[in-house]
Amino acid sequence: MNTGSIFFQQLINGISLGSIYALIALGYTMVYGIVKLINFAHGDIMMIGAYAGYFVLRAFGPSIPVFVLAIFVAMIVCCIMGISIERLAYRPLRNAPRLNSLITAIAVELILQNLMRVIPFIGPDPRSFPTLSLPAIDIGFISIPGIKALVIIGSVLLMVALNILVNYTKTGKAMRSVSYDLQASSLMGINVNRTIAITFAIGSILAGAGGVLYASAYPQVDPMMGYMPGLKAFVAAVLGGIGSIPGAMVGGIILGIAETLTKGYGPSQYADAISFGILIVILLVKPTGLLGKRRVVKV
Amino acid sequence: MKNKTFRNMLIPAIIALIAIIVPTLLIKLAVIDEYTAQIITLGGINAIMALSVNMICGITGQLSLGQAGFMAIGAYSTILLTESAHIPLPLAVILAAIITAIFGFIIGFPTLKLEGDYLAIVTLGFGEIIRVVLVNLKDITGGPNGKQFNTILTFDPTIAYVVIIGALITLIIFLQNFIRSTYGRAILAVREDEIAANSAGVGVFKYKMLGFIVASIVAGIGGALYVCFIGFIKPDQASFNKSIDYLIFVVLGGMGSTTGSVLAAFVLTYLQEFLRILQDYRMLLYPVVLILVMIFRPQGLLGTKEMNFVKTFDKLRGFIAKKIGGEKEDGK
Amino acid sequence: MENKLRLQATGISIVFGGLRAVSDFSCDLFDGELVGLIGPNGAGKTTVFNMLSGIYTPTSGQITFWDKDDKACVINKKSPSQLNRLGIARTFQNIRLFGSLSVRDNVKIALHQSRNVNFFDVLFRTPRFRLDEKSMNEKAEQLLSLFKIDNKSNELAKNLPYGEQRKLEIVRALASNPRLLLLDEPAAGMNPQETEDLMNLIAFIRKEFKLTILLIEHDMRLVMGICEKIMVLDYGKTIAVGKPDEIKTNPLVIKAYLGQEAADA
Repeated sequence: MNTGSIFFQQLINGISLGSIYALIALGYTMVYGIVKLINFAHGDIMMIGAYAGYFVLRAFGPSIPVFVLAIFVAMIVCCIMGISIERLAYRPLRNAPRLNSLITAIAVELILQNLMRVIPFIGPDPRSFPTLSLPAIDIGFISIPGIKALVIIGSVLLMVALNILVNYTKTGKAMRSVSYDLQASSLMGINVNRTIAITFAIGSILAGAGGVLYASAYPQVDPMMGYMPGLKAFVAAVLGGIGSIPGAMVGGIILGIAETLTKGYGPSQYADAISFGILIVILLVKPTGLLGKRRVVKV
Repeated sequence: MKNKTFRNMLIPAIIALIAIIVPTLLIKLAVIDEYTAQIITLGGINAIMALSVNMICGITGQLSLGQAGFMAIGAYSTILLTESAHIPLPLAVILAAIITAIFGFIIGFPTLKLEGDYLAIVTLGFGEIIRVVLVNLKDITGGPNGKQFNTILTFDPTIAYVVIIGALITLIIFLQNFIRSTYGRAILAVREDEIAANSAGVGVFKYKMLGFIVASIVAGIGGALYVCFIGFIKPDQASFNKSIDYLIFVVLGGMGSTTGSVLAAFVLTYLQEFLRILQDYRMLLYPVVLILVMIFRPQGLLGTKEMNFVKTFDKLRGFIAKKIGGEKEDGK
Repeated sequence: MENKLRLQATGISIVFGGLRAVSDFSCDLFDGELVGLIGPNGAGKTTVFNMLSGIYTPTSGQITFWDKDDKACVINKKSPSQLNRLGIARTFQNIRLFGSLSVRDNVKIALHQSRNVNFFDVLFRTPRFRLDEKSMNEKAEQLLSLFKIDNKSNELAKNLPYGEQRKLEIVRALASNPRLLLLDEPAAGMNPQETEDLMNLIAFIRKEFKLTILLIEHDMRLVMGICEKIMVLDYGKTIAVGKPDEIKTNPLVIKAYLGQEAADA
């Protein structure tokens, strides 16, 4: 019974971690789907969300309503950041060779990370994130820590909201259409600039929420905290099929579980390498990802 | 016809010899002090790394964020080969380059087959993985604190200069010859238009791989020479930040321009000393500069232009001849 | 005179998602033929080209090609570069040149297959390398002069005027020594005089290089003027095949281009 319950515990941990990866992966996949750009700065948006949440919780003390406020503040801050970055750094380069946009994306990532390091009231040192004390949820022989349950529930709610937005609203239709064919969409009267901005906004909102949730589960914030989860979330997006929203969700969960199980049962220093390994395997075996579709190039 | 070819080779050859011999003498005679010599020689190493980044990003047109990873492989391989396998240093450097090429092949093979920007992410991860592995294999690599490796290059600035600048010039010559050949043209065709290149008989995957492997070999050589010169290597050398440092040289100098990349490497190495004052702000300044260049002058300083020594020489001769001719007229 | 088959497509179709872009296309191209492929926009002409040149794989049907050694092979799954080596070359609807490279280099790239050097020769610029480069330069200049753009050999391809860019694309295609040449709208954007020149040029290269040529065109004067056989596509299906005079008066063709009323007229 003991090994079984440990396994389930690890599974829950994996799903919890995975849902955060999924939230971040959604931003990557939506942006890549719409402008074919790997937004390297996306992981750092998550970091900014975490810091926003940190300051709110520090100001008002950890409690459930403050926590919800923290998530909202994080989402708003990240939304603004995402839109600004798109407007200032990516839009001028929309028609430039891809290499140039990629380099700019890297540069934005570096600016965000290092800006946080030099700003006096933030600084490079890690700070501990105020934690909520939540009761554990006991189901049979499994005891799910309250915070992990919160992460899972929060992520699921956000993903459902996203699903409704993308599939049942006019904005969502515009997003799907622009990601399919930018020029045709603009000819159809869709405001492409606005649609792209909205996509970045939504992705950043999810990342912001993900940042607060991540920091609650692994209670520490530092300017570099977005780097690794960002990379892994991208791997998750590729795993699920870059450009596919359900793919990002599936990929995130799988990656979270894989990483947690590796940490639990294997050499923990190499847990980070697992994501990289998964990336290589997927690129070798099914580069379009689990749920992705092959895009045909018009010649 | 033969005369012209001979002349085309002679002029750059003389310039190359001057570039090696004169400073060597100046260093030997302590006219150039040891500190300056070190900066110049370090510039040479950075220029070699810039050549590597230029090869994959500028010439092949693929963004790689892991050239520093290859550099680290070259460095640590050199140490392992000389210390554990007792292979003489020059041979170790060559073998280290080959080992780096093998890694380049392993990384490139699954990644370059695909359309899209996967190389950027894969090389980003690769650099970090290398760093993590190097940190964890403490017995072999000395762990996070790095490893000492003193060679004759570490102690003798004259020899260091000759070897490294000599290597730089040799690499420049080989790479230029490579680029101006069927191989180079095929790679450039892939960069310009993959579909057209494919339809003209150029295997896209094959030539992307070729460009990537050549770039990794150059980075491996850079790493080997680096560790021989500096006498020390840390796993951090494989990190993403280092790869960005080298990428900046090429972006500023002109992606695709050998001259530009080398020049930018030397200039920025020199400025590094001043930039040291900025410390953390340096890593803020660099990316801001990157974005500004990308938006306002994406071709960098020189674009894809190369300095043509022969043309410059002829222009100079013409200029001097005019001046002398003019004076003769006045003197009449 | 025995007329050999160069390419045979039997019932090839291609489906994208739910859309059947080309359906059951068949054709026999004989050695030395000059054939036109016409049809309204979106009929699937370039898609057929893309299947014949290896960019797409047909979802059904078979394509057989007789290569440079006159050996038959099924080419459905081959890549464009493999097909180029077997003897198929093409130009593109939207010009695809190697813009930052010189005109001469654009042609030399297509001469790639005939190179005769290895790495050592390249790195050390051995006499063998120089000879190889010299012969490639000569071949390139020769081809460029046929099309009267050899005076621009050192120019960057992207700086050429439009008409010369189109010519350069054709030169590059010829440089790979093909047996089958696919021209995708070679006269697009040309004025009547240029089109006239192009017609003569195509007729000339067909004779000079002993090629089979399949071309897509919207300029009817050119198509009717030089093609021996014309195939008409509409909505992905072949609606007519025949000599220019037959096609001109075919009611199905007229309907496809101009609508039912014109056909009835």
